[in-house]
Amino acid sequence: MASGKRTTGKGISRRGFLKGAGVMIVGFGMGGLTCVLDPRTSAADFSSAVDPAKLSSWLAIGRDNTVTLFFGKVDVGQGLATAFRQLVADELDAPFDRVRVVMGDTALTVDQVGASASSGLREGGPSVRSACAEARLMLLEIASARMGVPIERLDAHEGVITVRGGGKRALSYGELVSGKHFNATLNWNGQLGHPLNVTGRALPKGPDQLKLVGQSIPRDDIPSVVFGREHHVVDVRLPRMKHGRSIKPPFAGARPLSVDTGSISRIPGVIEVVRRGDYVGIVCDREEQAVRAASELKIVWSEASEVSFPTDSTGLFDYMRQAPSRSDRVVDQIGDVDEAFARAARIVEATYEVPFTSHASMGPACAVADWRAGEMTVWSGTQKPYDQRTGIAALLGIPREKVRVIWKPGPGSYGRNDAGDVAYEAALLSKEVGRPVRLQSMRHEATAWDPKAPAALISVRGALDGAGNVTAFDWDNRSFSHQDVAPSENAPGETLLGQFQGLRREVRNVVGTPSEPYSFPNKRLTTHTIPPLLQMASPLRTSHLRLPVPPVITFASESFIDELAASVAADAIEFRLRYLAGSRQARLLKAVAEAASWETRPSPKAGARIVSTGIVTGRGVAVRGGAATIAEVEVDMQTGRVWVKRFVCAHACGLIVNPDGLRNVIEGNLMHSMSRALCEEVRFDRSRVTSADWSSYPIATMADTPDKIDKILVNEPDIPPKGAGEETSAQTQPAIANAIFDATGVRLRRLPFTAERVKASFAGRESSG
Amino acid sequence: MSRIDLFVNGRTHRVDVDPDTPLLYVLRNDLNLNGPKFGCGLGQCGVCTVIADGEAVLSCMTPVSSFKRSRITTLEGLGTPARPHPIQQAWIEEQAVQCGFCTNGQIMQAKVLLDRNPNPTEPEIREALERVLCRCGAYYRIIRAVKRAGELMRTAKGQR
Repeated sequence: MASGKRTTGKGISRRGFLKGAGVMIVGFGMGGLTCVLDPRTSAADFSSAVDPAKLSSWLAIGRDNTVTLFFGKVDVGQGLATAFRQLVADELDAPFDRVRVVMGDTALTVDQVGASASSGLREGGPSVRSACAEARLMLLEIASARMGVPIERLDAHEGVITVRGGGKRALSYGELVSGKHFNATLNWNGQLGHPLNVTGRALPKGPDQLKLVGQSIPRDDIPSVVFGREHHVVDVRLPRMKHGRSIKPPFAGARPLSVDTGSISRIPGVIEVVRRGDYVGIVCDREEQAVRAASELKIVWSEASEVSFPTDSTGLFDYMRQAPSRSDRVVDQIGDVDEAFARAARIVEATYEVPFTSHASMGPACAVADWRAGEMTVWSGTQKPYDQRTGIAALLGIPREKVRVIWKPGPGSYGRNDAGDVAYEAALLSKEVGRPVRLQSMRHEATAWDPKAPAALISVRGALDGAGNVTAFDWDNRSFSHQDVAPSENAPGETLLGQFQGLRREVRNVVGTPSEPYSFPNKRLTTHTIPPLLQMASPLRTSHLRLPVPPVITFASESFIDELAASVAADAIEFRLRYLAGSRQARLLKAVAEAASWETRPSPKAGARIVSTGIVTGRGVAVRGGAATIAEVEVDMQTGRVWVKRFVCAHACGLIVNPDGLRNVIEGNLMHSMSRALCEEVRFDRSRVTSADWSSYPIATMADTPDKIDKILVNEPDIPPKGAGEETSAQTQPAIANAIFDATGVRLRRLPFTAERVKASFAGRESSG
Repeated sequence: MSRIDLFVNGRTHRVDVDPDTPLLYVLRNDLNLNGPKFGCGLGQCGVCTVIADGEAVLSCMTPVSSFKRSRITTLEGLGTPARPHPIQQAWIEEQAVQCGFCTNGQIMQAKVLLDRNPNPTEPEIREALERVLCRCGAYYRIIRAVKRAGELMRTAKGQR
């Protein structure tokens, strides 16, 4: 059994884990070198928080010179572990191939949230670098004392300290630490999660001293994937493990009135049907038995005559236009917008429609839970292991110290996907049956029932004077909140299981406005929050999906800038630069224009017109935050199919740690957001989400892949890494819309640009030829 | 339940399961293999792909009883870190992975393609792998990896 190999499993304490790696505590006392044993006993550590102020919480060095970094971020398919190995090896002057990382285990790693807002390097990096710098200084101090040589004469290189001009005298880190732990205190700001920060006496190195940072070192997790080793959370296997499935209502809002367990009595291996409020789950010996039992279990659901939603997806935007708002805000206001519009020589107005989209992760979410002797261990693909620990403790009514969440890679999550729900359900099932339970959802649960990115209806107006200058910009976003459920999943009420029990959740009004620094003299940014279509346990509840707000709003804001440029027959980049002078975005636009050999001219291109057959081409641009993207498209006039032939993307994200890793991330962001642009829309009728699989929720395939994706990496070595995980997800949709306009002269203001919708937009506009 | 002998990755495994069980669950839960993954159970995404007698098979929806006389190869049967299959080597060299959940399906479809057509054109690659979805959008690198794998396989053949 693979489980026999599990060394980080139940009952293994952090101290035990470190001992297994052959390390104890090493301290550097007042009077010189003193060894102090770690005062923590081995039994209690499973339940104690990892103390960020202790250097040993971050780093351990084995006798064999192995360096283990413990940190509280997790990787969602972007190579974070390799980037951190580069940082550690550089700061510590350690051999790169001896650096290991342990991430996102609430019993072993400090609480740095997990994955959130592309913060892995941005927030995780500084503390890790400080810890490494401090450890390096300690190692030099110990070597200095032991060798009787001042620190100034010592060199550290590849995990070995040598004496400058001292011949062959050398001590390795492993020899210096000699199987003990670091016993040193860091300056901790007392905060956990996002703001957590530690510093030491030693400062991290300057960018010119970094050697591995900046190199394209291959990701260390890829071999385990291509050789089929245990890697993902779905691969976790425990002794005596049983298999669970959860059962979703046939329509949103339905409640189980009665459950006929006799209906599955003929299915072998059924262990238990678990009910908790309106939640129904099932546990069986074998996985296929659980799948079958979940589909055959007879449940009488509450009357289906009542409709769940006040609209279906076809009528969604008409509904949103007249729906009441529960929060109206003027987020920002510069100058006198109304007066500027009253004086305008010309007004440009447009309304953009963004449908709900699904995370639709490649695999339905999975978690393995093990309830034993009053303690719960959960292996989870969540982005938020620490918050999940808090929430699962609340669900089970046990102290937080009795819960351990171990992150394992899930399928790409792109935010708060269904992984946030199944870990709670697995924990409940395991506690109910008193055995380890592996719970995986089915496809319809992952696509129809995951939290969605919100639909938005965004109206924008621009005022121009007689010379074609923009005098006012007026933004009005009527949207569902981005956070019907918290992205942090830190309370049962923020999960489906909790909502099936009627547990309350917080109400948050998160509706976006554009952030680009266009220097329009008058500006007003207004938001309205439309209440959810169904208040509780809704398959259309919203939460974070990739970035998460900018992909929704940048479609409108950067499409509209293009409309303004076209209205005065200006080139799309030249027009933007008029209002972005001196900004980061201006530099990025220039970089991307040069790389794409952008020809300065207005859109649509000369001769663009609607014809009945043939392929027409166009180019479009968009800028937001740290990236600018150009899309070059082909439009098949007969079918309406849009193909992005080439992307050119310029991205600035501070100091670049791993250039090829960054290129990989950019390609993924472009493709994922291209899929949202061309394919993705959650459909629903009045009682359920009908986008439930890959045929009813199609995504981009290999056939849609561009011929070329050019990545221009703008390194900013003096700026710490700013986070690249998602930034290049926001520009794609408007860039493609602008390119379609350039090619055809038709402006698409409703996502996605499916072939049918594009073709329909040509209707009645054909010219001969 | 019934006893079924499965020939997987060069070895015979006797399992005692309901013959209607999809092959995927047997490979993962009885043989402890990690390569094939559950993605949809509907034959739409391809991440469960294994090779049976040279053909790509969607293991999530094919009953185990229909493989009694088949030679089944999973991702684990291609190569090892010490002796990687050229396709695995190409995947590492091109870093053609994001989350890695679809990688099994991509590699197994690439193997079926390259075994039949050692020098495919890019349109042929796109067509052969179109049925395996990648939600992270690693397609651009996957195309490059298949091309490189073809080169590696042709080189290896030429040297023999």
